[in-house]
Amino acid sequence: MDQQPIISFKNVNKIYSNGTVGLKDINFDIPRGEFLVVVGLSGAGKSTLLRTINRMHEISSGEITIEDEPISSYKGQSLRLLRRKIGMIFQDFNLIKRSTVQRNVLSGRVSYYPTWKSVLSLFSTADKDRAIRALERVNLTEKLYTRADELSGGQQQRVAIARTLMQDPKVILADEPVASLDPLTTQTVMDILKRLNQEDGITVIVNLHSVALARQYADRIVGLRAGAVVYDKEIADVTEADLTKIYQTA
Amino acid sequence: MTTPEIPQRSWSQRWHVKAVGWTVLLVALLVGSSRMTGVDVGMFFSNFDQFTNLLVRMSQPAWSYVPIIIQPLYETIQMAILGTTIGTVFAVPFAVLAASNLVHNQWLRGFIRLILDLVRTLPDLLLAAIFVAIFGIGSTAGVITLAIFSFGMISKLFYEVIETIDMGPLEAMESVGASKVTIIWYAVLPQIMNQFVSYFLYTLEINVRASTVLGYLGAGGIGVFLQRSLSEFDYGKTAVIILATLVVVMVIDGVSNHLRRVLL
Ligand SMILES: Nc1ncnc2c1ncn2[C@@H]1O[C@H](COP(=O)(O)OP(=O)(O)OP(=O)(O)O)[C@@H](O)[C@H]1O
Ligand SMILES: [Mg+2]
Repeated sequence: MDQQPIISFKNVNKIYSNGTVGLKDINFDIPRGEFLVVVGLSGAGKSTLLRTINRMHEISSGEITIEDEPISSYKGQSLRLLRRKIGMIFQDFNLIKRSTVQRNVLSGRVSYYPTWKSVLSLFSTADKDRAIRALERVNLTEKLYTRADELSGGQQQRVAIARTLMQDPKVILADEPVASLDPLTTQTVMDILKRLNQEDGITVIVNLHSVALARQYADRIVGLRAGAVVYDKEIADVTEADLTKIYQTA
Repeated sequence: MTTPEIPQRSWSQRWHVKAVGWTVLLVALLVGSSRMTGVDVGMFFSNFDQFTNLLVRMSQPAWSYVPIIIQPLYETIQMAILGTTIGTVFAVPFAVLAASNLVHNQWLRGFIRLILDLVRTLPDLLLAAIFVAIFGIGSTAGVITLAIFSFGMISKLFYEVIETIDMGPLEAMESVGASKVTIIWYAVLPQIMNQFVSYFLYTLEINVRASTVLGYLGAGGIGVFLQRSLSEFDYGKTAVIILATLVVVMVIDGVSNHLRRVLL
């Protein structure tokens, strides 16, 4: 991993409109193809950090560059194109519950179509095949025509991953993707993310609460506290003592 | 071992001050407003025999009148459907722009809501009178009146539904790079569709009844016949018209229930 980083934070600060410090002087690079885990106490700023990468949150100062391009000036179509190459996975899955799995997966592809085609669901045969292949990746092809709210939590999260794959993303952001799942399903979902990272070379950034999971899957662990990076090490250098320190209060 | 401390309810919580206060206020408002407007509840009961008298005279429906009112009833239904549909088509974009979870620009939202409040303030009888004056006697005036009335009502009902939706799917669609319209189409619409349909049919039902009144002003439909029967004191015919309207309302209600079950 000696080439240029895919994402780079430069003096990034974020202050919410009510004065809360979200991020404080963040500086670090994420190399292409890395599996990065962000840990920290509740309120440390993990979700905020993740959402600045696809501009779901705006930063107050500094700059984030993605593939060497500063992203803060993107607007309208260029912002949508930025988001297209960055998939996002959520704790609550955020599927459209009343729609079928197929429609949910296809909805990940809409940024490749003009609005009127998306609205009329005029997806190409190639993209319908792509949806089936995306579901194959998460082992859920048999649920193609099932309504999303009829699936278990773990299955819903896998559909969400398939939806993200439709974007053909270079980066996947996952905000506590396993926080509402049982231990077994947790392994399944984390394994899928790891496989996408290794087989497809997708850069994966995951917020986790569990230190054990972080150690098991991460290439590198970044620790946040009160919006600042207080820890940043390759997995080989991470020790148990380090991690307990991150989770100590103040 | 100490017992865990149980938080004390505040004085106002213990004596349900809020609930008592609201009840007293409501009763006072009721009594006060009936005083001021001079509503005489006693008169309702003392003149009750006139009401029963009317009911007795209506209890012999003039069934031979049925074939005559089929055509105007059909026209009424058409007016109601057209008016409700036109109103709804315009209401949807306004409802989206008035929803606080979709539009963060307070000024725009406030402006849209002001327009909607204005539209709802206009009495439909006034609208009907105006449009009859403009378009002449006939169903055009009725359709436009119903469309405006439906627009005001549906846009409010719709934006209140939109404000209750789960925002998660919207966040997801935003993150895939979807355009605003696509986000609404994919993430908002499925969440509100069945309530929209049921409000649409509810408005349609109100419009069927409203158009019987509008007919008084010459706005077309069954109302013209209702007015004629009443002015001729031919209560057997009135009864038939009311029963026929009831059937239409019941059918709409049935369709509404069915669709809601299918769409849920
Ligand atoms: N929209 C907002 N407005 C104001 N403050 C916010 C907003 N969102 C988050 N915050 C604050 O910013 C800080 C960081 O929040 P963030 O959600 O990023 O934490 P987190 O590490 O993801 O926590 P958790 O583990 O609970 O998800 C917190 O103090 C939070 O209260
Ligand atoms: Mg969070």
